[in-house]
Amino acid sequence: MAGTLNFSPDDRYNAFITTCREAPFCDGALAGTAVAVKDNISTAGIRTTCASRILESYVPPYDAHVVGLLREKGAAIVGKTNMDEFGMGTTTETSAFGPVRNPVDPSRVPGGSSGGSAAAVAAGFVPMALGTDTGGSIRCPAAFCGIVGLKPTYGRVSRYGLIAYANSLEQIGPMARTVEDVSRLMSVIARYDPHDSTMLDRPYDHRPSADIAGLRVGVPEEYFGEGVDPRVAETVRDAIGVLEGLGADTVPVSIPGMRHALAAYYVICTSEASSNLARFDGVRYGPAVDTKKTWHEAYQDLRQAKFGTEVRRRIMLGTFALSAGYAGRYYAKAQVARRNIKEDFERAFRDADVIAGPTMPTVAFRLGEKTDPLSMYLSDILTVPANLAGVPAISVPCGRVDGLPVGLQLMGRQFEDERVVDAAFAYEQEVRR
Amino acid sequence: MVTESDIEHIAELADIGISKDEVPEFTTQFNAILDYFEVLDTVQGESAPADGITNVFREDEPRPCLPQEAALVNAGSTENGFIKAPRVM
Amino acid sequence: MKTIVGLEIHVQLSTATKLFCGCSTDYRDDEPNTHCCPVCLGLPGALPRLNQKAVEYGLRVAKALDMEVPEESEFARKNYFYPDLPKAYQVTQYDKPLAIAGTVEIEDDEGHEKIVRITRVHLEEDPGRLVHVAGGSKYSLVDYNRSGIPLLEIVTEPDMRSPQEARRFLNKLRTILEYLGVFDGDREGSLRVDANISLEGSVRVEVKNISSYKGVEKALTFEVTRQKNLLRRGQTVTRETRHFMEGRGITTSARSKEEEHDYRYFPEPDLRPLRVAGWVAEIDLPELPVARKNRFMEQYGISLNHARTLTGDPKLADFYERVASVEPVLAATWVADTLLGELNYRDMSIAAVPPDRIAELLELLKEETITDKAGVQVLREMLDSCAAGKPCEMPAAIVEREGLGKATGGEFTPIVQAVIAANPQAVEDYRTGKKGALNFLVGQVMKETRGRADPRELGRIVSGCLETGGV
Repeated sequence: MAGTLNFSPDDRYNAFITTCREAPFCDGALAGTAVAVKDNISTAGIRTTCASRILESYVPPYDAHVVGLLREKGAAIVGKTNMDEFGMGTTTETSAFGPVRNPVDPSRVPGGSSGGSAAAVAAGFVPMALGTDTGGSIRCPAAFCGIVGLKPTYGRVSRYGLIAYANSLEQIGPMARTVEDVSRLMSVIARYDPHDSTMLDRPYDHRPSADIAGLRVGVPEEYFGEGVDPRVAETVRDAIGVLEGLGADTVPVSIPGMRHALAAYYVICTSEASSNLARFDGVRYGPAVDTKKTWHEAYQDLRQAKFGTEVRRRIMLGTFALSAGYAGRYYAKAQVARRNIKEDFERAFRDADVIAGPTMPTVAFRLGEKTDPLSMYLSDILTVPANLAGVPAISVPCGRVDGLPVGLQLMGRQFEDERVVDAAFAYEQEVRR
Repeated sequence: MVTESDIEHIAELADIGISKDEVPEFTTQFNAILDYFEVLDTVQGESAPADGITNVFREDEPRPCLPQEAALVNAGSTENGFIKAPRVM
Repeated sequence: MKTIVGLEIHVQLSTATKLFCGCSTDYRDDEPNTHCCPVCLGLPGALPRLNQKAVEYGLRVAKALDMEVPEESEFARKNYFYPDLPKAYQVTQYDKPLAIAGTVEIEDDEGHEKIVRITRVHLEEDPGRLVHVAGGSKYSLVDYNRSGIPLLEIVTEPDMRSPQEARRFLNKLRTILEYLGVFDGDREGSLRVDANISLEGSVRVEVKNISSYKGVEKALTFEVTRQKNLLRRGQTVTRETRHFMEGRGITTSARSKEEEHDYRYFPEPDLRPLRVAGWVAEIDLPELPVARKNRFMEQYGISLNHARTLTGDPKLADFYERVASVEPVLAATWVADTLLGELNYRDMSIAAVPPDRIAELLELLKEETITDKAGVQVLREMLDSCAAGKPCEMPAAIVEREGLGKATGGEFTPIVQAVIAANPQAVEDYRTGKKGALNFLVGQVMKETRGRADPRELGRIVSGCLETGGV
């Protein structure tokens, strides 16, 4: 061990669920760097709650693969960040530990579900943090809090130790104030892990380059249409103009499958979640189940008491989407839609090297503004396509509307995370000058 | 359209307890979401075999297991090395 | 009324590690929850890793049962809640099993050969084990050591026509699996069977949870009787799931709530699909029971019955082949009849018997150094000391120590003379033509010599003595 980092932030945004006041670290590329870890990533000896009462006192006996890599490279794990319960939300308001506030404007949400990680970075508590992105959960809070967040290509970062919400969609990814730090953290966590059978051995070893001359930037009409705040659209178009000024060429592209994307996404993620979250029954971990009742009765009582409403709603939606008589109409159709969207992206990436658009259709909501589940779901429309297609996507701050940050989203071909990082880096370097 | 009794059945299948007064609201929200999901009826195309990598394996070589106390440490209650669970009879 | 039976057999594959993690499968004598890791405990965040050996074993079975291996197969989640199921879903295979459409040849109740069709085989993980606390405790105890042990589920078409046929099918299947080296039927709980049974024209009843070979025949026999009785009384059979109560030999109705299953299968997103059809051609199957039986008859000149018995268990067949060179027919009789009978009597396995001891015993018999009767005595001494965990003495040493060597004619003359003198009535009977009297006298001499004499030779000596009146 090389040292101990003392960490006691004034957490006025409720960014952390657990903080480690004395965080040990060893030598390595990140020696002594404070890194916050989203609380759905397992940390041996540090409780890992998923912001849920059902895991309130769960202490994993093992480290997630990425956590092992962080420790190996000298990072000081200073705390576990707040999040929407099990990642199910776009505002970090569904946490059982209370909502996170946006450091840019504490009356606003930080976005979700990695709102704690984004707020911890934006508030300057840590230079970098890990988030997870199932349908936008890294990019949305990065956009709302004005920081950088990368959702890696599906299969580039090990999911071992990530408490699953929707296995086929989610990835762990880096969040930081600069593209360079995002890239640094990415090069630590993107290392092959045989524990994750859906992973490929494609390590990320890259230093960002701002040279994007000749880069073809695809601009999909669907990302600037109905539901997108025109001022946000305008801000993002200006940012794309900056890329053109750096020698990039813009080309119109189309993702016609977008009209099915949100429905397909919610069917798939809730279906997988209904199965993933079934294990929380209070037997092997979690609050003790009442063993005097019969098992269904005992499980129902415990799960009603310990899961929040949004989690219960999504478990029920997924259960319904997979149930006899409905699986064909929902689960099976969603898989076809997903495949179509993937093919749309492949087609678009014949004409373009990256695809650019807004990360979120609006700026950060007010706390408590989104009460209706469907209207909340609809705000994920621009982030879910990258998860359905498994492609890398980064959000980089590109200006403000009403004083609130707007994110430019750049998506790339599978395993071309380097290219989206370079495009984001070029933009960032240009506007910072 | 789902009915309140459908909601109760789904809650039962998912082993999610649901109280009587929650049922109407869940039903309304479900129907709004399912209305939105109707767009999937217009999806064109057939399901195709999975793409991507296949045949990912591990060698049949034993690895160390968790010590018993680590296996039991998060359990709500244990007895003689067993984990206690609700009755099934 | 025709009986129709189909089976779903779950066998534990004898890999060294579990299906999706590196925990050892050798758990039977160990403390609960000591063969577990995050994966088989279903801890949050753990991911499965598929054991290649389990897939290879599954394919070996597929090839031996002449099955078709589809281009692609896939794992799926079967979702249901039960305290022994740590993730609340079982990773199994659903609409894309490892292999489909095979056959197994058995004998029907008339002794004719018939085909039982195999619908499919697929891989899945075993749940943990529930211990129900005695004394009416209001909770269960769970041991996850078994959780994740690889199971091969073998599903048959409804091709069996009696409980006896079902039993023969299972025996045959077990033999094949043991020949393939993928299964050890001696391990407790390594085989579990669900049986579907109906009487022609009536509905099907599923009997779950039968955990022994004998249990299958018993459970089905009980069901045939129960269903026939219902119909005879003019009642109908209910389509339902029933549990077999091994101890009482009866089946009881499962509660209806347990039957309402909606498993919500979907492809396991944490595992990649399999494309292993091409592997099948590479598999070298060992000689299977039917081929070995035919070879035994041809190569060793032994009877169909002996060949069948000897090849019914690969360990027994291997054993026979190690001692057959002494004299194949003699060896077959001694191994299949005498040795097997003595082993069963002691509840011993053939694995406990050193073949060189039996080979030496067969030599002694072949050379007529000892009689059959003395041979049995030597065998029993050896097995008894094996069973007691003592070193197994060489047969020649036992013969020497116990003085069991075959006696020559001259040695017996005094005993024969004594027996004749002591049984005047029998001598009289013999002389008046009652041939049975000779056997009686020979028997008396055998008794006195503790089986060391060859009965035929003794017969000649006794009758010689009687004819010459040479007392």
